[in-house]
Amino acid sequence: MLLKEIRSLIAKDFRYEMRRRYAINGILLYVVSIVFVSYLSFLHVNRIDSETWNALFWVILMFACMHAVSRTFVQENMNRQYYYFTLASPQSVILSKIIYNGLLMFALSLLCYIVYILFLGNKAQNELMFILCVMMGSIGISSVLTMVSAISSRTDNNFTLMAILGFPLLLPLLLILMKLSECAITGTGWLTALTYFLLIFLLDAIVLVLALILFPYLWRD
Amino acid sequence: MKKNYWKIAAVILLAYTIIAGFFGDVPDINGIHQTIRNLYFHVCMWFVMIIMFCVSVVFSIKYLADFERKNDIIAVEAANTGILFGILGIVTGMLWAKFSWGQWWVNDSKLKGAAIGLLTYLAYIVLRNSLDDTGKRARISAIYNIFAFVIFILFIFILPKLSSGSIHPGDGSDSPLPILTIGSNMRIVFYPAILGWTLLACWIMQLRIRYRKLKL
Repeated sequence: MLLKEIRSLIAKDFRYEMRRRYAINGILLYVVSIVFVSYLSFLHVNRIDSETWNALFWVILMFACMHAVSRTFVQENMNRQYYYFTLASPQSVILSKIIYNGLLMFALSLLCYIVYILFLGNKAQNELMFILCVMMGSIGISSVLTMVSAISSRTDNNFTLMAILGFPLLLPLLLILMKLSECAITGTGWLTALTYFLLIFLLDAIVLVLALILFPYLWRD
Repeated sequence: MKKNYWKIAAVILLAYTIIAGFFGDVPDINGIHQTIRNLYFHVCMWFVMIIMFCVSVVFSIKYLADFERKNDIIAVEAANTGILFGILGIVTGMLWAKFSWGQWWVNDSKLKGAAIGLLTYLAYIVLRNSLDDTGKRARISAIYNIFAFVIFILFIFILPKLSSGSIHPGDGSDSPLPILTIGSNMRIVFYPAILGWTLLACWIMQLRIRYRKLKL
């Protein structure tokens, strides 16, 4: 029952996105142009070192994700959302949004990685680990940001609040992700990286459970 | 008068902390010397801040359970008091850092954790002020409070594992808490100091709650 609801909600979100393609195109263009701007601002340095490469990647990704996710609960008007809530349980609504945003963010980060390689070069020695790290990160970042966007959508200044509420909550995840991607960049073995994978998995799980518990209170107006 | 015995206790304990803290006997440890007296102030501020944030989140959970207005008032005032003590903790910590490490701010996991905690709760206050409807404000900020508190606590525990140890005493070394490494003549001031500052925080919180109830 729950699975069926989630599946149809995700399908609905996907169709909605395809009908309003300018929104997603805007975000894709945002990623490409922000990478290009960083490339131009690092031109005079000749070679960008791997620490900067890593930090810049996650900062770009974080801003892009924040833009992408902040639309989640404001793109459709309130009345239509009430209608969804009469159809589906709050758990499946939040889960479908988290999964949808997670997929979107994974796609965004892959695009970001590709454009990043084109302009700034590939510093990651272990590409598979880097992509895995980005994938696990997408789940966690999407759960935190989806929940925060649900909270901030209830206020008037949605985007400012989204940023100030989101950044402190994203930092723990982001710091571990940066450590893990550092492992991927320096080519450290899988065994050393395992601790970080476990930590990210733990954080993802806790944030997901929290979102599932707290979201029903949020939409009950 | 009967109900006020704990306020008298707070005054006596804090007077004791200040007098014994400034004039008592302290060990002369290399590098920090007399600044070790800041232990009675700086460390207690963080204890109180964490206690206040715990109180805040407990009352937020209670609010979501029964939607009682007074639980929301306690939650926000506990958070406010926690922020006050957090700022005091940062200021006393910066003074101490300047004298023992030579810089106002250093790259240290405990400092990062403290800064994130303060940012989180300042965001909580901004979130509250941007909502007009009282019921909605209470409910949404309670949700954020619980969500943020859990992540904040996780962060404090995870952070030391990420960086190569902290330069705060007690991290990565044999003792889990800096209290255990200090001598007994400091402990007889330190423990009452924690209690004294906590009682003071409760007092501030109580006054603020009364003020808010009067404003209703």
